[in-house]
Amino acid sequence: MTNAANTALEFHQVSKQFTTEQRVIDALQNISLSVTTGTVMALVGPDGAGKTTLLRLAAGLLLPASGDIQVFGFDTEQQAEFIHAQIGYMPQRFGLYEDLSVAENLNLYSDLHNVSQAERQKRFEELMQMTGLSPFTERLAGHLSGGMKQKLGLACTLLSQPRLLLLDEPSVGVDPVSRRELWSIIEHQVKQNDMTVVLSTAYLDEAERCAEVVLFDQGEILAHDSPKNFSDQMRGHCYLVRHTALSNRDLQNHLSGQPGIIDAVIQGENVRVISSNPELPAIDILKDNDATKIKSTPTEPRLEDSFIALLRKRHPVNATPEIHVAVKSGTTENQEEVIRVDGVDRWFGDFQAVKKLHFTVKRGEIFGLLGANGAGKTTTFRMLCGLLPASNGSLSVVGVDLRKAAAKARARIGYMSQKFSLYANLSVIENLKFFSSAYGLKNQHQQKRISWALEQFELETEINSTSGDLPLGFKQRLAMACALMHEPEILFLDEPTSGVDPLARRQFWNRTNQLAASGVTVLVTTHFMEEAEYCDRLVIMVQGDILIAGTPSEIKHQVASPQMPDPTMEDAFIQLVESKQL
Amino acid sequence: MNINRMRLKGLIIKEFLQIWRDPSSLAIAFVLPVLLLLLFGYGVSLDAKHVPIGWVIDKNTPETQSFSAAFEHSEYFQPHHYNSMTAAQTAMQHRKINAIIRLREDFSRELFKQNSPAIQVIVDGVDANTARLISGYTQGAWSEWLAHLAMVRGISLSKPIEIEHRIWYNSAILSKNFLVPGLIAIIMILIGALLTAMVMAREWERGTLEAMIATPITMIEVLLGKLIPYFVLGMGGMLLSIAMAVFMFDVPLRGSIWVLILCGTLFLLVALGMGLLISIISKNQFVAGQIAIIVTFLPAFILSGFIFDIDSMPIVVQGFTFLVSARYFVAILQTVFLTGNVWAVIVPNAAALLLLVIFFFRMALKKAPQRLE
Repeated sequence: MTNAANTALEFHQVSKQFTTEQRVIDALQNISLSVTTGTVMALVGPDGAGKTTLLRLAAGLLLPASGDIQVFGFDTEQQAEFIHAQIGYMPQRFGLYEDLSVAENLNLYSDLHNVSQAERQKRFEELMQMTGLSPFTERLAGHLSGGMKQKLGLACTLLSQPRLLLLDEPSVGVDPVSRRELWSIIEHQVKQNDMTVVLSTAYLDEAERCAEVVLFDQGEILAHDSPKNFSDQMRGHCYLVRHTALSNRDLQNHLSGQPGIIDAVIQGENVRVISSNPELPAIDILKDNDATKIKSTPTEPRLEDSFIALLRKRHPVNATPEIHVAVKSGTTENQEEVIRVDGVDRWFGDFQAVKKLHFTVKRGEIFGLLGANGAGKTTTFRMLCGLLPASNGSLSVVGVDLRKAAAKARARIGYMSQKFSLYANLSVIENLKFFSSAYGLKNQHQQKRISWALEQFELETEINSTSGDLPLGFKQRLAMACALMHEPEILFLDEPTSGVDPLARRQFWNRTNQLAASGVTVLVTTHFMEEAEYCDRLVIMVQGDILIAGTPSEIKHQVASPQMPDPTMEDAFIQLVESKQL
Repeated sequence: MNINRMRLKGLIIKEFLQIWRDPSSLAIAFVLPVLLLLLFGYGVSLDAKHVPIGWVIDKNTPETQSFSAAFEHSEYFQPHHYNSMTAAQTAMQHRKINAIIRLREDFSRELFKQNSPAIQVIVDGVDANTARLISGYTQGAWSEWLAHLAMVRGISLSKPIEIEHRIWYNSAILSKNFLVPGLIAIIMILIGALLTAMVMAREWERGTLEAMIATPITMIEVLLGKLIPYFVLGMGGMLLSIAMAVFMFDVPLRGSIWVLILCGTLFLLVALGMGLLISIISKNQFVAGQIAIIVTFLPAFILSGFIFDIDSMPIVVQGFTFLVSARYFVAILQTVFLTGNVWAVIVPNAAALLLLVIFFFRMALKKAPQRLE
């Protein structure tokens, strides 16, 4: 079927291995793939599935161990220079020089791509207008927001009007508004210049906008089809379920892992269930087995449904072990406010990162801080953990004023930072030992906690592996285990799911739900808007300000309109941000 | 090997902008050289000057006065007077003085008698270097004074031979004249090897090189794009150092500045070649910095003859110094500054530098990555 004349990218039985100190990793195994010109193709799959490796191979940055790769008929091994003249490649961190200004970055990439001076002016204007960066040409790239960096990175790759665009996770850590803009730029380029685009993404709603989707897992292609065909495989298997007496979270917790149910996630006011058979299996609801309380309606399948279904076949759920946490001061008064933030400001020089923040969190709640990179979430977190003093206002955690006794409060909180602060060259067990002794655990008690962590977080198989070599999902689990060694009452999770694939994200939220159910208060930041649904209450932060606070449904109701009767959290976010800017 | 002028120009402009905006590059390129020059020019001195010396004179006579006056007027010593030996000893224990000179009661009487030690000198040997200096100076001062006295009194001295010192080339025996030129090599290696290795590793770390390799750029352009800006910076550092040496520290420049610049170019190319090679081997700033300090900066400091004389090193270490590129340049620097254009020194050392340039550039080109691995 493939015709050399209109094939942009061709992989023929390509394999690639990487050797680390301890093991050989098969990044890609015997991959054959061909991309027709003018196609937009999304590469999806769990971490370490081989998406980045494939893009780097396509860009000629790596050479295949076996097989061959052609870009517009040129071999990546022999004719890399012809390929580089025709492609635009954006690596994960956008490849920008942060100490150069927007205009200087554009000039550099124009020089590198031999864009003539005459053509340059025209291209700059066009791209600046398209990306909305015109007012910022003199600003250093390092001082741009995540969304602006992403658009600048894209602009740099588009300067030479490439025929093939390779984008590695272009939207990680970028707010929804910027993501929409990015997509409109890409779609415009494809239409206007007949460009071919191959991109990797962790957002399945993005993949849904592509013509073709390739699902990777462990270096193999699991499936390759159009998003519609993917979704259609699950037609009739998808239901929205609600229970009149149970909260969505309890219902979801209960449903996931039941026989016949592939997946259960909270979606708005319902729990979205994918069943392995076309009919929904009989749901047995705890002791009070009253079928009338359950309402289920069939719903349209999404790409994510079949994605999960396909991956589950290869990675059967080992039902997350029930987490048992004994909360030390396990008071029953659920209304107790364990965190109070009152009029808190934080300045960095003359930049105000956080503005007059005000919120409270009750015991056992999952409280979310949502917002794009640079919205002030991490700063807020660091102040709450006593790692950073507030410039103004008062903060108290478990009744302790952080300005007076930060150390005392810290003994009762667990903190998992954005980059999973583990010792990369220590093994899993060494990390656990270190963190537990850092929290003052000794002898038998320490032994007990370590075996608890190994079991609860399914780390037993990797006890002696070096932490730095573990896949991201494992690192995340290990980091969470380390933060829980001293049985804290409050757990702070800073971007725990950033860059983590949907499967690992589900597991993570299951655990977090169980923790909350056993009385641990959880504060979590995320830029995945759909994860807001897992929170009891949340605030959306924009440029250091709280844009809105409330329960997920309250927030969504705010923006519901006749045109958009059932908005998603992402719709709500975009609408609220835009209305604020007006 | 095609080099595109537009791409190369773009890379060079980028590099200069980065140097200009990065305080740490600027510090290594401009602040550190000035600091080092000030430190070695003013602070570190291998000469003994104003060394505190304790005097214990048991009985004042015209002779003791004349002898101690010979020390008083010298800029090398700073006399302190004590009444008794015990007081002087305590002062030495407290490190207030570095030596004691005792003139006994019978100093004047025993002066010209043979085998009679009329003068006792006790030197604090903790700092061996200073101790040697003091003992040398005192001996010199003593025999000079004695000779002078003998001449005045018309007595022939029992010592048959008089040693006459004459110091050539650095006639004032100022150690700064010898340190400051050598320092130029150190400064150039800092800029050429350390700075270059770090900025290249930074590109790996930040993922910018990944984006760059995917453009039509060639590796030789990447290497030249680093080489040219840091060459300019290194030559700037050298000219600054030469200017400071000549105008600020009054170090004589007896040879030709063009010989210096030509040899400096060779040496800088060696340093840049090493820097690029280090950054190709290690893709992390911390490791690149460590390697650069250990294999380029420290040997240049210790094994180049900059401070420590190579001929007095153990033979094994001497053999090792042939691998240290700085030794060739330090030899050239010291010769051209203090002696002049001595071709017998300049030519072989410059030839060694040329060989090293060829070696390191061939290695860098051979090892240069065309891809990410």
